[in-house]
Amino acid sequence: MAVDIAFWILAAIAVVSAVAVVTLRDVFRAAIFLILCFFTTAGIFVTLNADFLAAMQVLVYIGAVAILLIFAILFTRDVQQGNPSNKLKVPAAIVGVVLLGVMVSSAVTFGWPESVYLPELADTADIGQRLFSENGYVVPVQIAGLMLLAAAIGAIVLMREK
Amino acid sequence: MSYYLIAPQITVAGFAVAVIMLDLFVKQKRLLPIVSVVGLLGGLGASIALWGQTETGFTNVLSVDRLAIFFSVIFCGAAALVVLASRDYVRNNFSRFEGEYYALIMLSVVGMMFLAAARDLIAIYVSLELVGISLYILAAFGRDGKSSEAGLKYLLLGGVASAVLIYGMAVVFGITGQTSLAGIYQAVAAAGLGLDNGMLLLGVVFIIAGFGFKIASIPFQMWVPDVYEGAPTTVTAFLSVASKAAGFVVLIRIFLEAFGQDLAIVSGWAMIFAVLAVLSMTIGNVAAIVQTNIKRMLGYSSIAQAGYLMVGLAAVSKTIGAGVTDPEVLFGPTGLLFYIGCYGFANLGVFIAVIAISNKIKSDSIADYAGIGHRAPVIALAMSICLVSLIGLPPAAGFLAKFYLFNTAVHHGLTWLVVIAVLNTAISAYYYFRVVKVAWFGTSTSQEAVPSGWGLRFALGISVAGVLVLFFYPSGVLDIARSAAEAVSGIALSAP
Repeated sequence: MAVDIAFWILAAIAVVSAVAVVTLRDVFRAAIFLILCFFTTAGIFVTLNADFLAAMQVLVYIGAVAILLIFAILFTRDVQQGNPSNKLKVPAAIVGVVLLGVMVSSAVTFGWPESVYLPELADTADIGQRLFSENGYVVPVQIAGLMLLAAAIGAIVLMREK
Repeated sequence: MSYYLIAPQITVAGFAVAVIMLDLFVKQKRLLPIVSVVGLLGGLGASIALWGQTETGFTNVLSVDRLAIFFSVIFCGAAALVVLASRDYVRNNFSRFEGEYYALIMLSVVGMMFLAAARDLIAIYVSLELVGISLYILAAFGRDGKSSEAGLKYLLLGGVASAVLIYGMAVVFGITGQTSLAGIYQAVAAAGLGLDNGMLLLGVVFIIAGFGFKIASIPFQMWVPDVYEGAPTTVTAFLSVASKAAGFVVLIRIFLEAFGQDLAIVSGWAMIFAVLAVLSMTIGNVAAIVQTNIKRMLGYSSIAQAGYLMVGLAAVSKTIGAGVTDPEVLFGPTGLLFYIGCYGFANLGVFIAVIAISNKIKSDSIADYAGIGHRAPVIALAMSICLVSLIGLPPAAGFLAKFYLFNTAVHHGLTWLVVIAVLNTAISAYYYFRVVKVAWFGTSTSQEAVPSGWGLRFALGISVAGVLVLFFYPSGVLDIARSAAEAVSGIALSAP
């Protein structure tokens, strides 16, 4: 029961902060709300017994992604003019609301299957086994490594003097 | 240990790293495209060597079956032709980053080959991102603002498409509790779900939307004209063939392996593809008519071609999977595979000719192609043959590909779809022939010949030869395509 209450509070904060990210004019404030959104998501992971995932969420998203984002904002001029609006605001809002309605209504009416297993106490060794054993996801992990290589090459190429 | 199964990917990835290293230490930059082509041909050879092996390997994450090998050959072959054709273009336009250019093409090929073999949503997504990131960077490779715009647009819209795709995958995972395609097949069948279930429909539609972006189907095509125009022509050539084929292989695999449970589901998603096919063909062809830039025109043409290709996914009117022995089930996918082969040769041929001509005249405007037939008769002839193949007229492979595909669709009761497709073929003849007409009957202000390197001429020759050989001797490739299509449904038959 306490977990349920915690979930709803965290979920409400997450949704409100996500809306703030897209509506605020000031990019810096939007970034701060993005951090809040990441943080509440980590909290939701904790309520689901996914401790490791919660720690990763904090380390990767708040520790790396959000900080990088704030640095990028610091290095960019004209931040106050950020988050521009455009002529398609109204149609976009209508499409967005309709899509949200369809998604929420079908998600609420759907009888989601409940897992019959108790949540595993995922320790790091267990996750390591899943990721790196031959019967696990060793190939996707390697592909992610190649992806980083491609991204690193891209950073070098795009940062050149034109 | 079954690491030999990913030998093609390891070969190409190894050569990609080798090219970067060589670029650092070797003064002779003309070695780089040669090493790249050797690596890609190595990957192609290793793929062919795996044909017919039965081990699937890496438990449900990868399956190196004939479908995967068929597409690996297409990816490596297309990339090798593009590398051969881009030697002069690269030296003229971005000589400082030759090594990076070739390495990124090869890395995206690695991603595509993994994509062709992946049968787990996680592996599919990670491979897709490897392909995506390499291509975003390649699109922004040019030195002008248009190329940067193309790269940024491709990145942003690609990011949105990825987000939609992963949302769809998350929904499917939430419903079934499985990430492997075979597991999804089982779980959906066990729960007795159909596409009348809102949540499953949502997941399927989102997955189609995510890959619709890759294959450039309407209404997920908004990036195509700008990216095709802005990106370096060599990259556009690669995008239009390899990236599209990569999108189709995943669609074939996901829908044949994971969503073939009963007739209701199959005819449900087949109808989605039929509607998308009509939209893509019609809008793509009509929009192509008014284009004045040849790269934009070919962009819209590739949207229309995606429409024809989707006829192959729509022409499935029977259950797929357990206990199915009717070979008719596979005619649609077989036609699709054959069409991709023909389209690949023809489209690469046109683009390679465009690369050669734009190297000389420094313009992509169709009006500037006037009289190019007299300045470069061989290149213009090759381009004309490939354009005829894209229309679907004999004596080019496109004719047989369309004939086979449309015949299959009629067989599956999709006569209305075929009527629309044939009307569209007639529309497309107008703008394809306009280029041919301008090239041969226009008058040029200059009489200078169009120079071309040996690599480009060789690549162009291979493309034209492919277009003609597939017309005169189609049976061999059709057999291979059929056996590739059998492999993917065979996996579904023996799903655990």
